[in-house]
Amino acid sequence: MEGRDLKKYYPVTKGLLQRTVGWVRAVDGVSFTIERGKTLSLVGESGAGKTTTAKAVLLLEQLTSGSILFEGKDLQQFSQLQLKTEYRPRVGAVQQNPWSSMNPRMRVRDIIAEPLVVNTKQSKQQIRSRVLELLQQVELSPEHAECYPHEFSGGQRQRIAVARALALRPSLVVLDEPVSALDVSIRAQIMNLLKDLQGKHNLSYLVIAHNLATVRYMSHSVAIMYLGQIVEYGEAEGLFERPLHPYTRALISASLLAVPEGNGQEIKQIILSGEMPSPLNPPSGCRFHPRCTEAMDMCSKVVPEIRVVGRQWVKCHHYD
Amino acid sequence: MSKIILQVEDLRTFFFTRKGVVKAVDGVSFYVREGETFGIVGESGCGKTVTGLSILRLLPEPAGRIVGGKIIFNGTNLLELSKKEMREYRGRMIAMILQDPMTSLNPVYTIGDQIAESVRLHQGLRDEMVEKEVISALRLLKIPSPEILLEDYPFQLSGGMRQRVVGAIAMSCYPRLLIADEPTTALDATIQAQYIALFKEIQKKTNVAIIYITHDFGVIANMCHRVGVMYAGKILETAMTKELFKAPKHPYTSALINSVPRLDRKDDRLYSIEGQPPSLMNLPPGCRFSPRCSMAQAVCSEQEPPEVEISDGHSVSCWGMK
Repeated sequence: MEGRDLKKYYPVTKGLLQRTVGWVRAVDGVSFTIERGKTLSLVGESGAGKTTTAKAVLLLEQLTSGSILFEGKDLQQFSQLQLKTEYRPRVGAVQQNPWSSMNPRMRVRDIIAEPLVVNTKQSKQQIRSRVLELLQQVELSPEHAECYPHEFSGGQRQRIAVARALALRPSLVVLDEPVSALDVSIRAQIMNLLKDLQGKHNLSYLVIAHNLATVRYMSHSVAIMYLGQIVEYGEAEGLFERPLHPYTRALISASLLAVPEGNGQEIKQIILSGEMPSPLNPPSGCRFHPRCTEAMDMCSKVVPEIRVVGRQWVKCHHYD
Repeated sequence: MSKIILQVEDLRTFFFTRKGVVKAVDGVSFYVREGETFGIVGESGCGKTVTGLSILRLLPEPAGRIVGGKIIFNGTNLLELSKKEMREYRGRMIAMILQDPMTSLNPVYTIGDQIAESVRLHQGLRDEMVEKEVISALRLLKIPSPEILLEDYPFQLSGGMRQRVVGAIAMSCYPRLLIADEPTTALDATIQAQYIALFKEIQKKTNVAIIYITHDFGVIANMCHRVGVMYAGKILETAMTKELFKAPKHPYTSALINSVPRLDRKDDRLYSIEGQPPSLMNLPPGCRFSPRCSMAQAVCSEQEPPEVEISDGHSVSCWGMK
């Protein structure tokens, strides 16, 4: 999967005639590549445009401009029918909140079977055996098929959501904050499960997350987003070992290591001032400059270009 | 060492429901000193929040009741006070910050009115004085241009600002003890870092004791002096923060620390604790962690382990310590 210069603007309307008075630039020129069997994570704070990007990939949002390529083919060249038969079944999704992503009136077997019923012409017998196979893959037992969602804990529900996402044997799964609603001791179980499934089925993941430690554990490459743009992009290892952009460094510093001070390597605390500005009216030049601790004169005037440094790239004037 | 401001001894808070008795807090003991932050860390449903609410006696009655123990605040057992006497302590001596600022602020009153309410009620000041106090509370929380913000409504503020306002209400009467229940869980990472730095500063300035309730070991490591690890209604291990991370003694503590992914190194595979926490209505016999414990022995599922002090200030409830 490849995203090229994705843009999504939402109009802001005013008055009786609903005239457009401005645009919220939720996603403003985002490009990425996800390789087969690998994980790309989009990281950023709320309002950075992570979820909008994921929705665009799932075709839940119409892009303002830009193109998405799936296995080398531009999605714009797919007809509606092709999208339905060739694209959507290949891309699965797991939502953040396992309490709201399932119909409470459906049994687990029907929840998992629904994508099969809608998208394939398999017999009841085939669907039934596929559901049992999926339950086994997510380490639930066959008896669970007859239960309702309310009978499960959060971790078990997230397993059901994963089983549903895998029902059609997708090659890409979009995971929107897959573990942030779960308890600490359960998160590790789900993350390990997702990694195992990735290895077994050669799945690609697009992970949306705000917890950097989770991202480091899950991903092969990482894109750091700020105000609708990717500010730094690269292989997970390099990026966490050698963060280049001041925002990435601040994020890493802010994500509070579970190690008390004075214990081995200490990272200098960077406390950012202020909050993320409105995407309705983003700052001039580099969008991060009003909060940046290392801002220079030109940062407020010139938009930084992409600079490749080693195996990652960054948008920051310090690397010009 | 500074004075112990709050001592909780063998606190038991049960909820009596139609389905049975839920032992939300089942024999919890700890203390907090002046100017100190004591962290309570645990998973959801382990009784952290109920412990906080019990100290303020704000349990949802009649289902929730404190059935045993003592809560000694500055020499007085809060459980022996009448309802009217208890009101003298709430807000003025002991304040609380809740997790979600959108639900703890009233959407139809201005920020100024809401802080003034607590100042007026607890300090009995006259109107001219009230506004001064409100502004100084907002200044304490480093809220930019407080005079303008007074007229704003909660929906006009960002999540981080709202949580600062909640902090200002809690700190407006300069309480001796602050109970913070997951105050930063709903905030973004960089805003959370701001909030924690701010509260460390406020603590230095006012010498307030803080009980910090969270599920995040990162917050514990950065904010708390001492920690209690809670599981299914009981504190299993109490230690200085540094010691807890360096040498966790209870199998649950070390499993929990190991199951959190680390940002400062690459993990190939995370340790994961099998199973799920037990139902508080139907606790396992013996040690409540024994069904999930990788080091459980025969005695663990028969008898509850006693609390053993293994070194100064480090206590553990585990048969493995014997």
